[in-house]
Amino acid sequence: MDDRNEQLTGSKAPVIKPGHTFATVTDKISSIVLTRPTSNGWFLGFGIAFLLTMMLLYAMGYLFVRGVGIWGITIPIGWGFAIVNFVWWIGIGHAGTLISAILLLLRQSWRNSINRFAEAMTLFAVACAGIFPLIHVGRPWLAYWLFPYPNSMGVWPQFRSPLVWDVFAVSTYATISALFWFIGLVPDLATLRDRSTNRVAQMIYGILAMGWRGSARHWHRYETAYLLLAGLATPLVLSVHTVVSFDFAIGIISGWHTTIFPPYFVAGAIYSGFAMVLMLAIPIRKVYGLEDFITERHLQNSAKVMLATGLIVAYGYVIEAFMGWYSGNRYDAFTLWNRLHGPYKWDYFALLICNIVIPQVLWIRKLRTKPLALFLISGVVLVGMWLERFIIVVVSLHRDFLTSSWGMYYPTRWDWMTYIGTIGMFLAAMFLFVRILPMISIFEMRTLLPEAEVKE
Amino acid sequence: MKPTPLYGMMAEFDTPTDLVSAAERAHQAGYKKIDAYSPFPIEGLAEAIGFQKNRVPLVTLIGGIGGGLTGYLMQYWISASSYPVNVGGKPYHSWPAFIPVTFELTILFAGISAVLGMLALNGLPMPYHPVFNVSRFAFASKDRFFLIVFSSDPQYNSKATRDFLERLNPRSISEVPS
Repeated sequence: MDDRNEQLTGSKAPVIKPGHTFATVTDKISSIVLTRPTSNGWFLGFGIAFLLTMMLLYAMGYLFVRGVGIWGITIPIGWGFAIVNFVWWIGIGHAGTLISAILLLLRQSWRNSINRFAEAMTLFAVACAGIFPLIHVGRPWLAYWLFPYPNSMGVWPQFRSPLVWDVFAVSTYATISALFWFIGLVPDLATLRDRSTNRVAQMIYGILAMGWRGSARHWHRYETAYLLLAGLATPLVLSVHTVVSFDFAIGIISGWHTTIFPPYFVAGAIYSGFAMVLMLAIPIRKVYGLEDFITERHLQNSAKVMLATGLIVAYGYVIEAFMGWYSGNRYDAFTLWNRLHGPYKWDYFALLICNIVIPQVLWIRKLRTKPLALFLISGVVLVGMWLERFIIVVVSLHRDFLTSSWGMYYPTRWDWMTYIGTIGMFLAAMFLFVRILPMISIFEMRTLLPEAEVKE
Repeated sequence: MKPTPLYGMMAEFDTPTDLVSAAERAHQAGYKKIDAYSPFPIEGLAEAIGFQKNRVPLVTLIGGIGGGLTGYLMQYWISASSYPVNVGGKPYHSWPAFIPVTFELTILFAGISAVLGMLALNGLPMPYHPVFNVSRFAFASKDRFFLIVFSSDPQYNSKATRDFLERLNPRSISEVPS
């Protein structure tokens, strides 16, 4: 399996540095949680992230008191930052499921050392994403009206609306991702239960491990369930961003009403997701000394996925522009003209530079193994993907069919506080995760070792 | 004080290869009530101890079908019967619009069934289990491999079973109190 991968990727770097055994892999990963003292750097990072989370809560509290008027949204731009950030975050989440489910089905064994924290990243990103539509509905305390439940008003949701599909897609995605993540953790929680010396930690890990003891019968059912979940999560992850794109594509606004949206949204989601995986993996492997497990091979492969999905995104931009001209529809043509020459033209140029021009340097093989360069390019891609959603939401809405209803959108400080606040919340959750749970799947790493092979 | 009855006899091995061959030999020797423990899934180990009935796929399938039916019938009943609303002249039963939610609920129910079904069939959560009484069993979640013959096995005999396990060249043998 490994040899075939090496031929396919042309990469020589191993998935795990040679010389590791079951014991060293177990000790290395579990000691980060169990014995390594919490560093000052961790407290500093978590502290900053925590303060940003508090800023988010403050911005949301003020929003609940004053209403959505504190944001920059107006008519015609009713969606603004809330939807831009929702789509951005949910897109970032996609890489986790792609790594854990699709790469599992494709037998890409290199995924085993990055799937755990990529899944955690997915969960936290989806949590951040989920905030935005809820606080954008205006009366968030009535957000449960989105779900079909028998009520005294005698009304039900409108199932012909993509916004209702979105509720089901995102909540299913959050549930399945959480299940997948937790089930993957159970055998490792048993390892932590057996390794920890602290009574409280033993109790907590013991309860979470549910009495996992590694019986062959259990493993057999476990692997079946895990594989089935992967099979279910694969169409799910493709469907989620497809449904998100329906929120736009089903509408009649120029710039939204296109059939390219579903594949182009999914590719963009994986693009930004892998950028976030790299932005997290590169500092984590450095700080925790995990270069043996997250090797150059992982950086290479992630960079290649970014390059490939980035090109699909570029194709999406080209088709959008082409159809704007070729359709002969003057509103579509105007949308294209407005992107290039309208008041938001600098955002559009920045988008092209961030998402298409700069990532092309990933063609250079040497650069794909340079952590610092990859970190910076990933940051650029994340900015680019945020700009893409800004262009789609704001620039399409601000000048629609009637010149009398044109307008401009200016985000307020509350918009920015909410957005930056969710980044803080995401990072705070990641900091807690690396401190209290094994960030690399220990049992899946054991299966990669040469000694795990059963000799006849 | 009465001596505690034994739950079984446990042998410890160093490598997955040893465990699989030991499990195969125990199964061939006629031991039916045996189990093997390993820190990671080992291909062929479940077959070696004679485990065949895996009902997780069936549970998942039933969950998926149930989810799909729930999704579609709920939307049909709501949109065509309980609360019919004319939206742009679209039919009350507009089935293409019902596909996304049907799909999502299929996945949701199937996924939850796979996880809960796996846990239920495995008898988890079960925080206490007699095998945890063996102190060396803590290494079953690290780098050691264990084979147990349960005392409920009709062939079980503390002397003969111990002799049989000795012949498998284990690293250690322990009695598991229940």
